[in-house]
Amino acid sequence: MSDPILSVRNLRVYFEVSGDGWFGARKVLRAVDGVSFDLDRSETLGIVGESGCGKSTLARAVLGLVQVTSGEVRFMGHDLVHLDHEKLREQRRHLQIIFQDPLSSLDPRMNVGQIIAEPLRSFFPRMSQQERQEKVIDMMRHVGLLPEHINRYPHEFSGGQAQRIGIARALITQPEVVVCDEPVSALDVSIKAQIVNLLADLQAEFGLSLLFIAHDLASVRHVSRRIMVLYLGKVMELAPWDEIYRAPRHPYTQALIQAIPPADPKRARTNPAKPLGGELPSPIAPPSGCVFRTRCPYAVERCAQEEPSLRHVNGSLVACHLAEQIPKPARTA
Amino acid sequence: MADAPLLEARKLSVEFATREGVVRAVSEVDLDLAAGETLAIVGESGSGKSQMLLSLLGLVARNARVTGSARFKGEELLSAPENRLNEIRGSGIGLVFQDPMTSLNPYLSIGLQLTEPLRIHKGEDRAAAAAQAIDMLKAVHITEPERRMQQYPHQLSGGMRQRVAIAMALICRPEILIADEPTTALDVTLQAQVLSLLREIRERFGTAVILVTHDLGVIAELADRVNVMYAGKIVERGSVEDIFYNCRHPYTEALERSIPQFTEVRPARLTAISGNPPNPVRLPPGCAFAPRCPYRLGVCDQSVPPLETVSPNHTKACFYEGPLGTAA
Repeated sequence: MSDPILSVRNLRVYFEVSGDGWFGARKVLRAVDGVSFDLDRSETLGIVGESGCGKSTLARAVLGLVQVTSGEVRFMGHDLVHLDHEKLREQRRHLQIIFQDPLSSLDPRMNVGQIIAEPLRSFFPRMSQQERQEKVIDMMRHVGLLPEHINRYPHEFSGGQAQRIGIARALITQPEVVVCDEPVSALDVSIKAQIVNLLADLQAEFGLSLLFIAHDLASVRHVSRRIMVLYLGKVMELAPWDEIYRAPRHPYTQALIQAIPPADPKRARTNPAKPLGGELPSPIAPPSGCVFRTRCPYAVERCAQEEPSLRHVNGSLVACHLAEQIPKPARTA
Repeated sequence: MADAPLLEARKLSVEFATREGVVRAVSEVDLDLAAGETLAIVGESGSGKSQMLLSLLGLVARNARVTGSARFKGEELLSAPENRLNEIRGSGIGLVFQDPMTSLNPYLSIGLQLTEPLRIHKGEDRAAAAAQAIDMLKAVHITEPERRMQQYPHQLSGGMRQRVAIAMALICRPEILIADEPTTALDVTLQAQVLSLLREIRERFGTAVILVTHDLGVIAELADRVNVMYAGKIVERGSVEDIFYNCRHPYTEALERSIPQFTEVRPARLTAISGNPPNPVRLPPGCAFAPRCPYRLGVCDQSVPPLETVSPNHTKACFYEGPLGTAA
C-alpha cells in the first residue's frame, strides 16, 4: 500500500484552565493525550466517542486550528505542527472541514455563491471572476444544489440544503483530506441518509480521504473502513469496520455497542440497551493507569498501575491489558 | 380498553399567523392515551409533534390559535383558565424537554427547584418536601442526593441534569409524563441510562408516557403504541409491532429503511428519502408526502388521504394499497 496521506504521531493537545479559588495553581486539561493514527488515501476513518472524549479537538488539531502541545501531524511530507504560518496556509487548501451545524457555520450576510467562492478568493486571489463563477456552479451541481439558487441566502435553505452548501465550500479548493465533524447529527432523520450518500459519492468521485467524526457508532460504521474509539483523549481501539461488529475487543467499545437500542421491538424487549455505569472522569484529573478502569467491569489491580499501550490483537489495535481474556458482548444491537 | 382514556384529543389543530401566511402546524389530530401506557410520537422537525403537545398545556406562542378538543380525565384543557392549567402542569402532567436547561433555572439550587412544586401544589412543608425531593433524586439514580440538593445546575454533568429534569417533572407524581426528545442531546451511553430510568419510573409509579422522538431504537425499547406524524398530520398509527413489522405508510417505511443499523452486514448505500420536508406555509394540495413518495399515485396529488383502518388499532393515511418494500 502507498504511504498514508496523513500520519498523526503522539499528538497531545493540553489546555490550561484556572485552578480553584483566586490563587489556585493553574490546571492542565488533557483534551488529546498521545493519539497516533494513519489515514490512507481515499480511506474513511471513523472517530467515535462520547462528548468530552477529545474527538473534535483532535480534528481541529489535525487542521492546525488549535495549538498543539506536542506530537506530529504529517501531511504529504510536511509536519503541519512545525510549519511556519505562510507554509501552513499553503497546505490548508488541501485540508478542509465540514461542520455539524450547517446554518451557524454559514455567514448569513453572504449569498450562496459568495460562501462557496470564499475559499477560492482566499487561496487563489488571481483567479478570474468568471472562472470562479464557473467552478462554483459546477460544484453546486455536484452537491445537488440548483445553480439558479446561487444568489440566495443561507436562511432560505433547509438544514439538508445548508449542509450541501457547507460541503460545496469545503470541496471547492479540491482538498485531499476532509474532516467531517458530526456532519449529519443536526439533520432531520429523512435528510441524514441523503447527506451520507452524497459524501460517499463525492469521496469516490474526487478520491477524498475522510476523517468522519460522530458519537453514533452505527452511522460511523456505515461509512468507515476503520474505526477509532476515543475515551478521555486516548485511543481505546482502532479496528476495521467488520471487526468492530464481529469482535469488539475493548470493554469501552463493547459498552458503546451495548448502549445502542436495537430498532426492533422484540429484540429491544429481551435485550434492552445497557447503560454504562459511572460518570465520565474529569480530563483534568484522569484516573491512573487505564483511563477507562473506573467504569470497566473487568478492571483488575494492574489496570490502576500500568497504562495499557495500543497493541495488535488479531486485526485490531487495542489498549487493554485483558483484551484476549474479555468475552464477546452478550448481544450486539 | 375498558378505562376512559387518560388523555383524549379530537380534531386538535394549531395554527400560527405569520407574515408569510397562516401556518398549520398541527392539523385535526386525534390522540388517545390510556393510563400507564407509553405512546411514541415520531416525526421530523416541523412535523408538528412538539406543538401538538405544547398546545395541550397552553404553552404555545401567543400568535397560535388552538382549536378542537383535548380532555385530561374528561376535563377540557383548551378552554381551561390559566390557574387551572398551572395546577395540571404542576401535578397532573409533567414535561421533560430535549435540553434539560429548558426546565432547570440556572439561578436556583436543585433542592429549591424540586421542592417548590410540592410546596405549591401539594401544600407540603419544607421538611416533608425536602424528604420527598431526596427520595425522587434517589429514584433517578442521582448519587449523594443530600449534597446535590444544595448544588446548582451548572455543577452537574449533562446526563445528571437530564435526570434531575425528569425528577422535577415527576415530583408531584403526575399521571402523564410528556418527554420531548429526552435523549436526543445525550451520548449513547447516557441515552441508555435515561431509557432504563424511564422504564423503571413507568413500572414504579405507573406513569403514562408520551414520548416524542425520531429515534426508532428508543421507540422499539419503550413504546406500546406509535403515532407517525408528517407535516402536521398523523399518517400512521398502530402498536409498536404494527409499525416495525407491518408498517403500511410509505413514510414510515422510508424512515425505517433510511437509518443505518448496527448489524453484521452493511448496505453499500442507505435508502435515502429524496427531497425535503414540505414548507408548512405552502403544503401541497394532496398528500403532503406525495412529492417524496416512491409509490405516488395520480390521486395523491389531488386529495388528502383520510386515516383508514388497516386492522383493529392500526390505521394509515395513504391511498396506495399495494405491498410496500417494492420501491427502490
